[in-house]
Amino acid sequence: MGSVTTSHEMGLHEEQLAGRTQQMFFSATEEENYTYPWSYEVDIEKSAEFDAAEMEISEINLKIRELMKSGHGTITVNNPRAKHSLGVGILNRLNLNFNGSLGYFGCGLIDGANIRISGRVGWSCAENMMAGTVVIEKNAGSLFGAAIRGGDLVCKGQAGARVGIDQKGGTIIVGGSVGAFTGFMMQRGRMIILGDAGDNLGDSMYDGTIYVAGKIASLGVDCVETEMTDLDRKYLQGKLDLYGMAAPNGIDNMVKLTSGKQLWNYDNLEPTEKKLVL
Amino acid sequence: MAEQNIDQFLEGDGLDTEREKTIGQHIGYRYDVNLVPDMDRCTDFLRKYMNVMGWTDLNWLEDVHMGYEEGNPAVFDRNINGWVTIPDNIELPDNQQDRDMIARELLVKFQMAEGHPMVDLRKAYEKFA
Repeated sequence: MGSVTTSHEMGLHEEQLAGRTQQMFFSATEEENYTYPWSYEVDIEKSAEFDAAEMEISEINLKIRELMKSGHGTITVNNPRAKHSLGVGILNRLNLNFNGSLGYFGCGLIDGANIRISGRVGWSCAENMMAGTVVIEKNAGSLFGAAIRGGDLVCKGQAGARVGIDQKGGTIIVGGSVGAFTGFMMQRGRMIILGDAGDNLGDSMYDGTIYVAGKIASLGVDCVETEMTDLDRKYLQGKLDLYGMAAPNGIDNMVKLTSGKQLWNYDNLEPTEKKLVL
Repeated sequence: MAEQNIDQFLEGDGLDTEREKTIGQHIGYRYDVNLVPDMDRCTDFLRKYMNVMGWTDLNWLEDVHMGYEEGNPAVFDRNINGWVTIPDNIELPDNQQDRDMIARELLVKFQMAEGHPMVDLRKAYEKFA
């Protein structure tokens, strides 16, 4: 187990950080590895199933980890009973099925797992997700996909307010409608909304793309409509087909929204500006 | 709108507007973060990777593009929060889509290699063995 002592022993506190670029280069002939060096070797064909009805949150998460350690690549959790923080921190390839609903902060911080939830999810499902897929068959609460950085996050029902707040990558797909302040402070990534969008959609978005099929109550500051390209249409078709979803009035009638880039401010401009003013 | 020179950040400093010249830095990313991938250009390696992970598209790699750092082609590795330079011996294609696919392939190879900095960082700081 790592500790502060370990990191000192390894010399990690002696290196001078001189610049941003890592002077470490790819080897194009590197041996082909497809998973992280530390990840568990799992066989997707090897499956396990357990009942979580009487288990505590930590017991359930540890059970999932133990099953991965023993090589199980497909795990089914029955009766999660809307407990919070289930299926978090999985940094492995894995097929994980929840038969039931999850509470708050379900499936957060995952990197690579493919998760299916047959019920609903509470606040902040898949927050800070890095890679993989999370598919929710029913509705999702507020802050769905908060600060997501990569992967596909799909809700086939409706989602609450502030969907994808601070989104930094990845794709969020909502089959139904979304609440107010969806895409608030979005920085990159894509959001596909097949229903209606609430007030202040894309407020203060810095970058990224939002596609909407339904009505938009109002756009937030600096969120502007942009022309849809053929590449966008091809991308949307491929993505929606993947999850058996479709735009109710066709992809051609969807609206594409991006940042107007009017809020792009840079601190180092300030001294010059001040000089000009003075 | 005039088509952008794909080698803009390899041939010059990328400072085009008066505002950029004044502050001495390029404003915004050095690539189009909103460019969605063209799957027809996907490489064999990436297809194998997707297959191992159980995905039918690029998943998180959709957000990986070839960028440019200090005049060199580079790809941003979120796991080390830094740019990693693309080796000189790799010939760059003449379009961003193919360049992005190269960046994705190299990034996966880099992240999954035993020499990646995360391997040591994990040994030093991991909470759960």
